[in-house]
Amino acid sequence: MSIKTKLVPVSRNVALLPERDANASPILECIDLGVTFGGLKAVDNFNIAIGRTEIAGLIGPNGAGKTTIFNLLTKVYQPTHGTILLDGKDIHGMTTTQVNRAGIARTFQNIRLFQDLTVEENITVAMNSQIRYNMASGIFRLPSYWKGERIAHERALELLSIFHMEDFANAKAGSLPYGAQRRLEILRALATNPCLLLLDEPAAGMNPSETAELMENIRTIRDTFKIAVLLIEHDMSLVMNICEGIAVLSFGQIIAKGSPEDIQSNPKVIEAYLGRKKEA
Amino acid sequence: MKQSKKFKLHGDLLTFLLVAVAFGVIAYLLYGGYLTRQVSNMLIPISVYIVLAVSLNLVVGLLGELSLGHAGFMSVGLFSGCLISIALAEVLPMPVRLPLSMLCGGLIAALFGLVVGLPALRLKGDYLAIVTLACGEIIKNIITNLDLTGGALGLNTNAIYSNAKTLLPYAVVLVLLTVLVMMNLKRSKQGRAIMAIRDNRIAAESVGIDVTWYKLVVFMLAAFFAGAAGTLYGHYFANVKAASFDYNMSIEILVIVVLGGMGSIPGSIIAAVVLTALPEAMREFADYRMLLYAIVLILVMLTTNNPGMKEFFSRLRPSALFRRLTAKKSPQKEGA
Repeated sequence: MSIKTKLVPVSRNVALLPERDANASPILECIDLGVTFGGLKAVDNFNIAIGRTEIAGLIGPNGAGKTTIFNLLTKVYQPTHGTILLDGKDIHGMTTTQVNRAGIARTFQNIRLFQDLTVEENITVAMNSQIRYNMASGIFRLPSYWKGERIAHERALELLSIFHMEDFANAKAGSLPYGAQRRLEILRALATNPCLLLLDEPAAGMNPSETAELMENIRTIRDTFKIAVLLIEHDMSLVMNICEGIAVLSFGQIIAKGSPEDIQSNPKVIEAYLGRKKEA
Repeated sequence: MKQSKKFKLHGDLLTFLLVAVAFGVIAYLLYGGYLTRQVSNMLIPISVYIVLAVSLNLVVGLLGELSLGHAGFMSVGLFSGCLISIALAEVLPMPVRLPLSMLCGGLIAALFGLVVGLPALRLKGDYLAIVTLACGEIIKNIITNLDLTGGALGLNTNAIYSNAKTLLPYAVVLVLLTVLVMMNLKRSKQGRAIMAIRDNRIAAESVGIDVTWYKLVVFMLAAFFAGAAGTLYGHYFANVKAASFDYNMSIEILVIVVLGGMGSIPGSIIAAVVLTALPEAMREFADYRMLLYAIVLILVMLTTNNPGMKEFFSRLRPSALFRRLTAKKSPQKEGA
């Protein structure tokens, strides 16, 4: 699919490296990352590097700790040990808000939209730190208010055009059908101008044709914005199709890393998903 | 789709103009001498309650946090503003002194909002309600025990007392300013961020909204207007006691907000008028007032949370009625 959009690529130093050259200067690097809840090691010894315009996948059986990783990256949970480097900078001590401003945006497994705001407002909320006017100009509607709102409005419509959702701009987010809510969440994350987009089961609850469309959309987003995407997904057709690198997680540990082909033939992965073959 | 947004903006303007016109009519009646004493006595309290309700609506309706200490902030503004006004009574004429003392009263109340809000806003829901309730009571007791504020006998405000005729213009300006600020805030980036926090705090944080900062701003803004309204209220009496600004009053303001509809500014205004005027009009039932409030509050909570009722009410809303009427009359226009 082709989209006609005036979207300017993000101003950050993007696409400096070829896509699969993840190890030279990755956008995200996790070193020995881990978190313990009481005595439970939810994630342990997690090492991963993601290239600047790479689409990476994180898969694993239920309860393996995939969403926990997202929560660690966005500082919803504080890691017990290990380092997270975003664009080479340690994000230790940052809050969720600060991490987002530093360039990590995410979606949620169970959709978390602002239900009572309109679709457009859901997107413009995410541009909060980019819209430059202070509270007084907002309250008294000074020229900077009108300028800021106009830019936000135009940008929101451009973003909505990616998923052809302009017509829903003034509908309540909570009234949208399920698939559209998922897409809106992706757009909301994009509106924060990230350099790394975390998608938590973007295709959950979608039918095969919707999933196929979503795959195209994710690629388009990566190509237009020149950002890295890390996604959690159970739909293997999607993961194997669009991910350039995949990490497999089981019981909080990475058991395999590599290209889709490597993963598919890896005996450890098959074992984690299907169980060990009984010795005869 | 675009039409509905335009209508919303016009709705804001309409509310604002209606309030302004209503005040214009009231001013005409008041200064023409057409109002009975009973009615003119209610004008200032009604204006004050409108400001209190609209500002509390910012906390309860937009931010979605339950604050039960609004009367406390009002009381802080009232006493500090009135003390300043008394000190300046000989020096400055009324048109300068009253706005100045209202501003100071509001600012001091906002400062208290900050002091209370910093620790309290780490709490959520019921816990925040309990802490704000306690803070309101603490403020009341401190003021009651200070010599500066006249102790339990109350502050003698005879020196600055003014009647409804003098105070009405200031009340009108304060109400219109509050309504303007709240309506414009709702449609600014700050307002969207505040409503986003209400709808989903975790998601709001995930898109880079500084939740603590916005919560504090809302708390302080609401306290500011409560304080300014308090100062005005103090000028209307010859003696004010901190004891009358207790949790009962906070709950009264909350009832106004809930009855008017959380987040709805016109609703708050109408409810403030009705709930301030009704007790006056039905003096003989005064004993049952708080009982009635409780029943009304429960009924409103029950019906507005009922899906069937929600559907029914949403069809009654002016914008929905407007849309249905235009749809029936000119179906082509709606499609265009």
